[in-house]
Amino acid sequence: MSVRFCGLSLAHPVINGSGTFDALAGQRAFGERVLHERFPFSAYVSKTITLKPRRGNPPPRLWEAAGGLINSIGLPNKGLAAYLEEDLPALARLPVPLITNVMGSDAAQIAQLVGACDERPEIAALELNMSCPNVRTGLDIGADPAQLLAVVGQVRPCTAKPLIVKLTPNTADVTACALAAQGGGADAVSLINTLRALALSPRARGEATAPDGQVPRRWLGGGSGGLSGPAIRSVALAQVAAVAERVQIAVIGMGGVQNGAHARELLDVGATLVAVGTESFRDPAAGLRIARELEV
Amino acid sequence: MSGRAQAPERGSADPRRTLAPPERRRVRVSANEALGAYRVLKLADPDGPAPAPGQFSMLAAVDRWGAGEDERPHLARAFSVARVSAGEAHYLLEDVGPGTRRLCELSAGDGVWTLGPLGRGFEPPAAGQRALLVGGGVGIAPLAILQDALEGLYALPGRRSEEVPAARRATVLLGFRDRDRAAGAGLLRGARVASDDGSVGHAGHVTELLERELARAGHSIVYACGPAAMLEAVRALCEREGIPAQLALEAGMACGFGACYGCVVSRRDGSYARVCLDGPVLDAAELAAIDEHAGAPA
Repeated sequence: MSVRFCGLSLAHPVINGSGTFDALAGQRAFGERVLHERFPFSAYVSKTITLKPRRGNPPPRLWEAAGGLINSIGLPNKGLAAYLEEDLPALARLPVPLITNVMGSDAAQIAQLVGACDERPEIAALELNMSCPNVRTGLDIGADPAQLLAVVGQVRPCTAKPLIVKLTPNTADVTACALAAQGGGADAVSLINTLRALALSPRARGEATAPDGQVPRRWLGGGSGGLSGPAIRSVALAQVAAVAERVQIAVIGMGGVQNGAHARELLDVGATLVAVGTESFRDPAAGLRIARELEV
Repeated sequence: MSGRAQAPERGSADPRRTLAPPERRRVRVSANEALGAYRVLKLADPDGPAPAPGQFSMLAAVDRWGAGEDERPHLARAFSVARVSAGEAHYLLEDVGPGTRRLCELSAGDGVWTLGPLGRGFEPPAAGQRALLVGGGVGIAPLAILQDALEGLYALPGRRSEEVPAARRATVLLGFRDRDRAAGAGLLRGARVASDDGSVGHAGHVTELLERELARAGHSIVYACGPAAMLEAVRALCEREGIPAQLALEAGMACGFGACYGCVVSRRDGSYARVCLDGPVLDAAELAAIDEHAGAPA
């Protein structure tokens, strides 16, 4: 069930969501040969890379929610220079095309990231993580169609590689954002990212209510987090359907996919590819299983 | 999905890390036995790769995993391998949340998803080093398979025979909250026990036994696993006494194989280590003070 996506020929329509599968960690846990022989995805999307190294958020970083997971990882990564020098040679050995995901806090930063990646033949495509807050407004760049249009338009000339814009679902009108990405010159959009979510620390046993006047303590070290997993599947389907109906560019659909039937629904409403995220945490071979289930 | 384990990759350079097949495998419960307040869950896994002591697996029930309290559990749960014997992998469980509760109620014949062995285990003592094993609560589990290995009852995978120290008895110190939990000490041989409520053995913390034992000298390496506060006390004590220590850490995990970056602990150099991939066994000298934040109900 091979598929064409932005000029790339992929063995099947199942890829990973950025930040939900670490191929280099997988090589350490499972062995490089075995992992590559049975690589679960038809393209590999890297974790988000930023210009400077990021340590990530203080723990706790995870909370198991009803039918899913709230995470507040904080995009830990070694920074652009170390990614290109240390990780890219190993990622180039993967048996599938590499999509590098990048995030910057303004158009100039993103352009620098994209320009550096454009020079590397090991990278097949770029994905822009637009869930970064604008330092002046505090709003995610990707949540505001006008800002998104301007940023994508400024970044587009920096590369001839396929450019994917990862949309945030935490916005008033995701279709307007998708059209803005298309207007700025994106080759594809991917959605949905995690839904903003909050987890409070469990109360001590026998403690019925939070003491008067005290703010309930937030569980996650980063404050709030993002919800993923089956809990968000219906929201994802609605947003992917709405976007695919309006845009002319390719759509990567994701959100709570656990099996072939879930993936099929996203393809049916217009996605070209489906990404698997939280389900890979439960089974590293989930992508391969879902691709097989799509064939029957 | 096949229930058969795929052959693990040969030539793993690190004997502390047996490589896992890159998929979860379906196995069956062969027994689920009470051990005081704990359960010993035994999984028939004859084709599973032999773990290095200190490695762990991600476990989830095949049936009714989810739709419990608060629509949980959803993710698999991490458990140290407590023992491998006669084609069975043993795990020590305590019911502390929806996931552990579901696993605790399984019966012989029930299906379990297992992914592992994962992480990096203990480095066995060098020839001439005397080992001191210190455990707390349900965290005693990986010390049992380590004791088996030290006493020659479990063959260390990936080691040439000349690398494996001659069979010898290690000193074992275990701490528990109360009498019911102290019954867990039966998982190991010849343990000296401390209990918080004084109902069994030394009344107080296991680290008080450790302090006395270290004062006696002659011990040259400490292996510890237990709650964060206990591990921090062991870490600080061993640092003060100049004794090397290997600590098996626990952390909430989503995946167990380095994908989610959720289970980090602080290193002394300011970086984070992933407990699932860089650990769960880490050298105490590498770690900053071990934070105690209440674990999420597992």
